[in-house]
Amino acid sequence: MIQARIHKSFPPGPHFAAFSLEVEFQASNGVSVLFGPSGSGKTLTLDSIAGFVKPDEGRILLADELLFDAASGVNLPPRARHCGYVFQNHALFPHMTLRQNLAFAAEDRPRLERHRKVNEMLERFHLTELAGRHPHEVSEGQKQRCSIARALIGTPKLLLLDEPARGLDAPLRTELYALFRQVRAEFQIPILLATRHLEECFQLADQMSIFREGRVVQSGSPRSIADRPANLEVARLLGIFNLLQAEIVELDPQRNLSRVRLWGCDLSGPYFPGKLRGDRLWLCVRPEQLSVSAREGRPGPNQVPAQLIRTIEMPQAVRLEFAGDLTVELSRPEFEKQKHNKEWLVNFPAQALRVL
Amino acid sequence: MQIDWFPLWLSLKVASIATLLSLLLGLWVSYLLANRKFRGKAVLEAAVTLPLVLPPTVLGYYLLVLLGRESLLGRFYEWIFRSPLVFTWQAAVVAAMFHTIPLLVISARAALESVDRSYERAARNLGASEWRVFWRVSLPLAHRSILAGALLAFARSLADFGITIMIAGNIPGRTQTLAVAIYDAVEAGNAALARALVIVISVVAVAILSLANRLVSRQAAR
Repeated sequence: MIQARIHKSFPPGPHFAAFSLEVEFQASNGVSVLFGPSGSGKTLTLDSIAGFVKPDEGRILLADELLFDAASGVNLPPRARHCGYVFQNHALFPHMTLRQNLAFAAEDRPRLERHRKVNEMLERFHLTELAGRHPHEVSEGQKQRCSIARALIGTPKLLLLDEPARGLDAPLRTELYALFRQVRAEFQIPILLATRHLEECFQLADQMSIFREGRVVQSGSPRSIADRPANLEVARLLGIFNLLQAEIVELDPQRNLSRVRLWGCDLSGPYFPGKLRGDRLWLCVRPEQLSVSAREGRPGPNQVPAQLIRTIEMPQAVRLEFAGDLTVELSRPEFEKQKHNKEWLVNFPAQALRVL
Repeated sequence: MQIDWFPLWLSLKVASIATLLSLLLGLWVSYLLANRKFRGKAVLEAAVTLPLVLPPTVLGYYLLVLLGRESLLGRFYEWIFRSPLVFTWQAAVVAAMFHTIPLLVISARAALESVDRSYERAARNLGASEWRVFWRVSLPLAHRSILAGALLAFARSLADFGITIMIAGNIPGRTQTLAVAIYDAVEAGNAALARALVIVISVVAVAILSLANRLVSRQAAR
């Protein structure tokens, strides 16, 4: 279990604007993803926990041990923090072989035990055949495995990973995700993973925190966040929604009904608590929740006429982009049925409607 | 022509000892300059590079005042080693160190600073003390540049004339280094000896410099 409250501010410099980090979160065993664009404070958070950066204010508690506490002046050096850290560039020592890299991390152990432990980790991470090679002689994925093995060999109480999938191509990513699942299962420790890829959150995260400009703007399970983004900012950061400006024209709490006007058409949806009639707001719908049909005459209920701009082929689906920043994602068979439409209607299922 | 090779051997001995001693001291200073923030850092930086710009006679004068038989340090040295420091070959070592330390510190500091910080962070993260980080990670990663700097310093200290003559003097067979011997030969009108010694020192210098360059360029190629 890790609990952290970290405040750190940087005054503006000649090459960068002022930045302040103000985050608070806790994570238990399993994978917690810090998700956010670059420059949102993810790496700074990891560095503060590992002890490379000293926060101005705050408190970091790892498994009942105080790593940092501004109030009482506690600030353990990195070597005493027991946090495994997997660096963005792996940071494997280039002048040592993979075996020596692992042994370096186990040097406080007696010789025999160290030897046994190094062999065990090499085995576990499929590096035994490469043990005698230097980092520049092995592939990117192998370096990755070695740096994770090295971070874990000292049995840390926490594992920190800074954009571990950066620069890996798709098959290696899949392999890496499998490795993470193995690590999560075998080492019962909290794992904090910083990433800019939403895919990674869904693949790996038990829990995610969304970072923006040095703040955590929402946290929860990836599923719950994707279903209920807290605000427009989060929805934009996730980048998986249609965000359309609309107006509420009717609200009926008794019948759990509402009507929203989008581009001159009325859509009915569930009652939106906390909103008022006449509110201008953002309709937030995921592209795969929408469907299309051919336009014949007047649009029916919950249908909006739209002008198709282009279609984009995706590995498992087809994306239809309509004027006004509206995107619909269809399965391939569905698209085959619809592709000869001349004019289009987009269907907004009532239960998919969400407003921000 | 019978050439007395003593000045060459003396020069090489003095330069080697000076380089080794300044490696010890210089590495420590460059570690401080590269890694630590402390008060007086700017002063230390300036003091270390000062010998590069001051005239050798000025340095020699300082040393005479600091290490002469009347001075505190001079008497301390005499008390330990039972002989005065000035006008011995050991004094020539001290003189040479004034050339080796600045060059060594400049190159070693640059080399240590050019080591990617994430390696040092990784080492600390893996439980290494600062001492172990330095010896096992920073130094091995910077060793070629530092070695090249040491060679450069060695070559430079072979060439000292001014400081050596002020505090070690010109005693043939005891403190007469190669540079001083050349001066002596020219003064005495012994052109043949001067020529021979000049060629020898030039060859040695070229050999050392090309070795230093090879070390640095091989590091860059890696």
